[in-house]
Amino acid sequence: MDAAVTSVPAPAPRPGPDSPPDRGTAGAGPVPGGRPPRPPGRAGRSRRARRENLAGYLFMSPWIAGFLLLTAGPMAASLYFAFTDYNLFDAPRWIGLDNFTEMFGDPRWRTSVEVTGWYVVIGTPLKLAAALGVALLLDQSRRGQGFYRAAFYAPSLIGASVSVAIVWRAIFSDGAAVDRTQQLFGLEAGGWIGDPDRIIYSLVALTVWQFGAPMVIFLAGLKQVPRELYEAAQVDGAGPWRRFWSITLPMISPVLFFNVLLETIHSFQIFGSAYIIGSQGNACGPADGTLVYTCYLYIQGFENSRMGLASAMAWMLLLAVALVTAVLFWSQRRWVHYEEAGR
Amino acid sequence: MSLARTGARTGRGHRTRNAPRTGAAGRVGSVAWHLGALAVLAVVLYPVVWVLGGSFKPNDEIVGSLELFPTDPITDNYRRLADGIADIPLTTFFGNSLLLALGSVIGVTVSSSLAAYAFAKVGFAGRGLLFTLMIGTLLLPYHVLLIPQYVLFQKLELINTYTPLLLGKYLATDAFFVFLMLQFMRGLPRELDEAARLDGCGHLRIYWSIVLPLCRPALITSAIFTFINAWNDFLGPLIYLNEPEKYTVSLGLKMFVDQDGVANYGGMIAMSLVALLPVLAFFLAFQRHLIDGMATSGLKG
Repeated sequence: MDAAVTSVPAPAPRPGPDSPPDRGTAGAGPVPGGRPPRPPGRAGRSRRARRENLAGYLFMSPWIAGFLLLTAGPMAASLYFAFTDYNLFDAPRWIGLDNFTEMFGDPRWRTSVEVTGWYVVIGTPLKLAAALGVALLLDQSRRGQGFYRAAFYAPSLIGASVSVAIVWRAIFSDGAAVDRTQQLFGLEAGGWIGDPDRIIYSLVALTVWQFGAPMVIFLAGLKQVPRELYEAAQVDGAGPWRRFWSITLPMISPVLFFNVLLETIHSFQIFGSAYIIGSQGNACGPADGTLVYTCYLYIQGFENSRMGLASAMAWMLLLAVALVTAVLFWSQRRWVHYEEAGR
Repeated sequence: MSLARTGARTGRGHRTRNAPRTGAAGRVGSVAWHLGALAVLAVVLYPVVWVLGGSFKPNDEIVGSLELFPTDPITDNYRRLADGIADIPLTTFFGNSLLLALGSVIGVTVSSSLAAYAFAKVGFAGRGLLFTLMIGTLLLPYHVLLIPQYVLFQKLELINTYTPLLLGKYLATDAFFVFLMLQFMRGLPRELDEAARLDGCGHLRIYWSIVLPLCRPALITSAIFTFINAWNDFLGPLIYLNEPEKYTVSLGLKMFVDQDGVANYGGMIAMSLVALLPVLAFFLAFQRHLIDGMATSGLKG
């Protein structure tokens, strides 16, 4: 299920030289786990190939069944439902583009797009900045480094849980800790939870709190930056700021790309925390303050039994995510530096 | 601003790594570093300490007071948990969550390791295509599958059972774990299985007796992540389970929120903490596995 992926950043393949184990794209280094040793003789080879194929597909059979039954099949069905009126009990009725016109004309749908957009655009950069900042701080061999790393990582494991969402609701509600602290600084009183305009920032705070997972990945990237580069730059008189921009950032840009890609994709899919933090009798917030996209999809699909409309919404989400992914991959040529193999 | 400052610290830190600086300047740097780390730690731990303190406070003190810990700790909140939620004992929710989490662990480790082995060690036709498809599912938003999978399980009359929540785990649909194990298997020395093949071992034998035992770290990492994700899962149980006796801990907590958490606010806070305990325990026991697993999976794509 997806909650799996929301709490744990799933790795995507680094689009580097060593991605697919395809025999054709051997590329630079040796392909790990490549061909089995070649037995002598042609007849032997083809028997061998047949046996390899049989074994391969036997091992792959659970995955293939899952892919067909739970991924490819449902995707095709969903694409069909998107053009139908379907309430789960009567047969789907083809209505062409009606779901899409209804969706675009629905002010609540536009609210959900706005809420999600804000959440992605504010939350993801803040989270990644926090992750990178703390990773830079921790990238030193000092006593306690391992402890801090572990402690900072912990929120990423529990952050998506209902428990933490409940705690968040309490901390950010009227008269609670965050509100009191704000008042100390002379800021506007009143909790964020009851305020439809500000409740989204409590969600942003929750995602930033989980900076530990991208931080761990940044740390692993920072460890691989050759120390000589810093020494050479220092000899040349480069200050710390300059060293960060000209050495650290380019050297970790593949890791940065990876984190940006995953965190963005995951932000689009936030559900549970928004549902709980916003729930006051109804899900997803006072006056739709935390009506994130998937929340509205859930409401349309499972509370209003509009399976066709919800499928259309799901496909719009897929298109948005695909578009963002494509733009990121396209942009990486400009700012991501992959090291040449063998350097 | 703060980024600049941390950048500066990094510069100093790299020097320290090679030749630890001694003397006053080094000590000042060290104190500054620890102060910075402790400040972050305070922010990170605040909610956890808050819930711990709050669970020992009376209802009216929980939200209003800035004090982290109660002046007069009470244990009522925990004692009231024994009554359960809506007459269902908490052990039911915990039992259900445990069953689902352990079932998921078995499914994911078995099915993902099989697929990973095929990708890493078997030279079958079409491997490149299947690999591309698998990577594609990594980036696919789960919500596209939400409606049609629900329709499928509804037609099969499997709503309000655990099958929809478990089936995918036994069919390796979570590509993250296939990928994690695949990365690990690619790192194993090839000589081992090549030697075994020359000795006439079949793939099943190599998988079971050579590769799996060597993959223990990756299996453990996958198992723990799977357990924690299944434990935290909210959306899956929310749409598939509709009988409170079958609810998981997450849904039990949601019931708390729905039926006026105000009356028994303390109980809700206490249960939130109790619900986190298994995850925190796993984390404390296996944090090295988790963090290393994350770091390597992210880097060697």
